[in-house]
This record gives sequence, C-alpha cells and structure tokens, in this order.
Amino acid sequence: MYRYDEFDQDFVSQRTEQFKDQVRRRLAGELTEEEFKPLRLMNGLYLQLHAYMLRVAIPYGTLNSRQMRMLAHIARTYDKGYGHFTTRQNIQFNWPKLEDTPRILEELASVEMHAIQTSGNCIRNVTADHFAGAAADEIADPRPYAEILRQWSSLHPEFSFLPRKFKIAITGAPNDRAAVQVHDIGLQLTRDENGETGFTVFVGGGLGRTPMIGRKVRDFLPEEDLLAYSEAILRVYNRYGRRDNKYKARIKILVHETGLEDLKRDIEIEFEKIRYGVLRLPDEEVRRIEAYFSPPPLEVLPEADKGFEARKAADPAFAQFVLNNLNPHRVPGYVSVTISMKPVGGIPGDASDTQMDVIADLAERFGHDEIRISHEQNVILPHVKRSELPALFDTLVANDLAEGNAGLITDIIACPGMDYCALATARSIPVAQRISERFGSAERQNDIGALKIKISGCINACGHHHVGHIGILGLEKKGEEFYQITLGGSANENSSIGEIVGRGFSSDQVVDAIETLVDTYIGLRSDKEETFLDVYRRLGEDPFKEALYGTG
Amino acid sequence: MKVVTANRLLDGEVVWQGAGGAWVELLSLAHVLNDKDELDAAMTQAKRSVADREVVEAYAIDVAEEDGSVMPVRLREIIRAAGPTTHPQLGKQARVVSA
Repeated sequence: MYRYDEFDQDFVSQRTEQFKDQVRRRLAGELTEEEFKPLRLMNGLYLQLHAYMLRVAIPYGTLNSRQMRMLAHIARTYDKGYGHFTTRQNIQFNWPKLEDTPRILEELASVEMHAIQTSGNCIRNVTADHFAGAAADEIADPRPYAEILRQWSSLHPEFSFLPRKFKIAITGAPNDRAAVQVHDIGLQLTRDENGETGFTVFVGGGLGRTPMIGRKVRDFLPEEDLLAYSEAILRVYNRYGRRDNKYKARIKILVHETGLEDLKRDIEIEFEKIRYGVLRLPDEEVRRIEAYFSPPPLEVLPEADKGFEARKAADPAFAQFVLNNLNPHRVPGYVSVTISMKPVGGIPGDASDTQMDVIADLAERFGHDEIRISHEQNVILPHVKRSELPALFDTLVANDLAEGNAGLITDIIACPGMDYCALATARSIPVAQRISERFGSAERQNDIGALKIKISGCINACGHHHVGHIGILGLEKKGEEFYQITLGGSANENSSIGEIVGRGFSSDQVVDAIETLVDTYIGLRSDKEETFLDVYRRLGEDPFKEALYGTG
Repeated sequence: MKVVTANRLLDGEVVWQGAGGAWVELLSLAHVLNDKDELDAAMTQAKRSVADREVVEAYAIDVAEEDGSVMPVRLREIIRAAGPTTHPQLGKQARVVSA
C-alpha cells in the first residue's frame, strides 16, 4: 500500500501541530466558536448529539494492521471502546473530548493517518472498490489513481472553498462496487481498442435531498489526462456552482440546470487550456505510485482444498459464510473475505476495540497485512488462501465476526441516525436491528437472496437509501418517527434511484411493511435466480403497492 | 415549559442550565422556565456562558412534566438527555441506572 514520503509526513505533522494550536487558542479564548468551528471541521471534528465526533479518513478504504491497531487503541483510550465504519469507508469515533483531539491526531499521524478531507466544502477522501487489487473481474487496480487524486486534491488552494462538498469514487472493475454513478465525479477504469488504460467519466451523481444518477461526460479519458480533466470539472463547478442556496450547491444541480451538453462544452474548453500543462500525468509517475500498490507475491494454488471442502460439508455456519462472504480472486486458490460488521440484531458498521485488534491479527496471519473497509460498512481481507479459511473462520466465530450474510437482507447499510447525529430526523440503527432480527435465520436469508436494504435517518441520505433495492428514510411527522419506503434503487453499473412506494409507516409498522414487500417478492419471482431488484424492474411497483396498501 | 440546553465546550457533554445559571449534567437538575421573561433571562445568561467558553450551541427546548419529572417533548432531546437508545450502557442513562 501507499507509504508516506517526506512531503506527506511533513504535511500531516504540520497540520496536526496547527490543530493543536487552534484547540489551544479556542480554549484560551483567542478564537470564538464561530471562528473555531470551520477549523475543527477541516480536521474531521463534529459536534453531535451527545458529544464530539471525530471522523478519521481511511483513503480509498485501504489500511494495514498497524493502522487498524491504532484505531483500536484510540477507541480504547480516548473513546468508549468502539468505532463506526461509515458509508464513505471512513471510521467515526463517537465520544472524543475536544481537549484530547490534538493528541489523537498525533497518534494517527504516527501511523500515516489523519482526519483531513472528511468534512467541509472541499474534495473529500476518494473512495474505491473494496476488492481493488484482488478482484478477478478487475481491469486494473483503481487505488493508484485514487492516491494520485488524493495528492492533487489535499489542500488544493483553488478548491478549498467550493460551493459545497465534492466526492469522487473510482472502480477498476466493470462490476461497479464503488457506487461511482452516485458521486460528484465517478470514474470507471476501462481500456480502449489499443489496450490503453483510461476512464469512463460520470459527473453530477449524488444522493441527499435531490438524488441524481451521474451523467457520462467522457467514454474514454486517457490516463495522462486524469488530473487535468478533473481540474477542469472542478473549475467549471467552482465558477458556476450555486453559492446562494446550500441545497442547490452540489454539482448535480449545476448539471441539471445548465444541461449536460453546455456543461460538457464548458469542461472541454477549460480542459483544452490546461491539458498540456503541469497536470499532465507522466507515465513514470503513475508507474511509481502503482508500485506502492503492487500485490503481495501470491503463488498459484489448486482451487480445491480438502480441508476446506471437509469443513464446508461438516459445518453449516462455515458453509453459509463460504456461500456469501467470499469474492473471487484473480489468483487461483485465493479469495477476498468479507468480515461482516452486521451481526444479526447488531449495529451496522460498529466494531469494538477488541474486534479491531482481532482483524489486525487476522490480516497479518492470513491476509498479507492488507485490510479494506467497504462503503457497505464491512471489513475485507483481500488476499486469503482458500485452504486457510477454516482457521480464519474459527477466530471470527470466537469474536462475533462470523456472520455469513454479505449481500443478503441483513447486510443492511444504516447511518448513525438520531441515536447520534445532530441532523437526523429519526433513528436508523434500531430499525436495521429489528429487520435483521426478523430475517435473521440463515435459511430464510439464503432463500431471499441478494437484497440490499439501506436506511437513512434524514434526507441527507448518508445511509444511501435512494440506491437501496429497498430504501428506508426516517423522518419526523407530528413528533413521531416515520419511515418512507423506496423501491428499485441500485448503486452498481446499472444505477437507479428508488421510487417512493406510497405513504410512510410508523416505527411499529415499518418492519412488517418490509416483510410484506419481501413476501410479495418471493411470491412473484419466476425462480430463485430472479432477485428482488429483477422482479421490481420486471413488474414495477404495482404488485408491491397493492400488497402494502391494498389499493387495487 | 422550557429549559436551556447546550454542549460543554471541553468534552461535548450534554448539559442544561440549572438554578443560578450553572450548567448541570442531569436534566432533573435543570431550571424550568415558565414564561418569556424567564426564558429571555436564561438565554442572556447562556450567551454569557458561550462567551466564557463554558458551553457551545445553547438553545431552549420544550419540556413537559411526566409523573413528577421533567421530560423533553421531542424525541431528539429525549435521546440527548439519555444517550443512544442502541447503547443503554452508555451516556447519561447508564449513570442514572447505576446511581
């Protein structure tokens, strides 16, 4: 993985020192809260319902065991023994004290981590496919490009006061697992007819109060133009993006109001001006960064392993884990393992300090010291020998990390909701927990098959509800929590925004409503291969609406 | 009926304005305001506390009396007064149980 050079280390250390001084000045009365708030936000420190919250960056979701152990240490020492993995591949600590945060940032800097670009109207941390560098279907590892974008965007002087925040996602595989079409810029690695690497570029995707699928602005952007073209997009956005209304300030609104063709023309004009300037990516620089992400040496192994097969036959829980939590690896004999952070009835994305330490140990023992965080709030060990899965699984079982539910109905995305978040209008986590309990049996989950439920506790959509096959949005109505259901959303290469199915449900009713939808799907599918989303796309909302409201 | 609430600057702890303008960590100790004059005086006091770097983001919330104790009207404030409903062992609710 990427290692800091002297510039990176110096930059992060300087930033830590600056923040230490800013906190000192705040506590000494030299800065008012009004002056201090943007400074703390630039370092990932929010004030939530119960306490401060520190959001630590995990750029493109990649970390090693040393860094994971540091997160465990911070959870144990400065927080209440746990952290929460987010839908942007970051981690949040829910209880840090302001006076401790300079020390926390120092500790993070000692393992090449920080909280920069996790808040504010800047280019946020770039997210990527969590199976990057390992997946069998990958064209190229997207992380070198994510790192190049990171170096370009960190403290970019021109783009530190954008109209609004700006999110970039990149995937290296045709099967998009990074939700690139719902980001401000989405990049899909591809090759042209000559085998040259480049990007299909989407602009103006996003969720929040005005969900939109990104529009394609380039079928093929050559590798060397990545930064110049990104800069051109940002310049157009920075100049024309609305600053009069916070809710209309994202680039998606600019795309919508300007029109795709006009905007494309503006971007291309700007691009032509800077294309051959300093931002043109030299091949040797790309290859230099790429070398940091070289895969570990992996010997080709037989796909079949006796011990693995025997355990699968003898242990239903292991068989369940194997069925759902493994992703095909490009090297025979290896798999990428999803460690589900969604125990049945548990809190999506929460990990205890002990669990973080265990994951770090497992990464060292079985996974070439590589760990990933997915935007679906799970943890991935990307390079694991199939023959070592039984031993890995035993440790997962001993630490409540062995749920074999990746991609199933209980693998729910949920934002922190009103249990923590100052913006929330309703709780998310307890709804996720109740749905998880209702559908918790392995047989039932397997029978239902691939089904993504995503829950947000307010219209800002951190829980990605718009792109859930079933989306749930928590609102407040007459002082009560109230949940609106959307159907048919998706965040893969065929992205779609879910449609509101009808009037919402009270907290007491919402789990029954989900069960009605699932039972309706089971009754309508032509066979077990036809997923919930397939059925919805084939038949539309009517049968589901009828089942929920009996309007027919 | 209202009370004034805020978060303590140093550690973010949820606090309410108690008698005499001191900030207290339990809602049961908060000073209940019954009319606009009391509220205005409390908010003036709270602004001083913000300026003095004791607390941040002070605001008034609606409360009602339930079974002899004061409870916030809105769920958001009920959760602030107790702690996350997902973690009964954390936040003020844990203190109340162990007390």
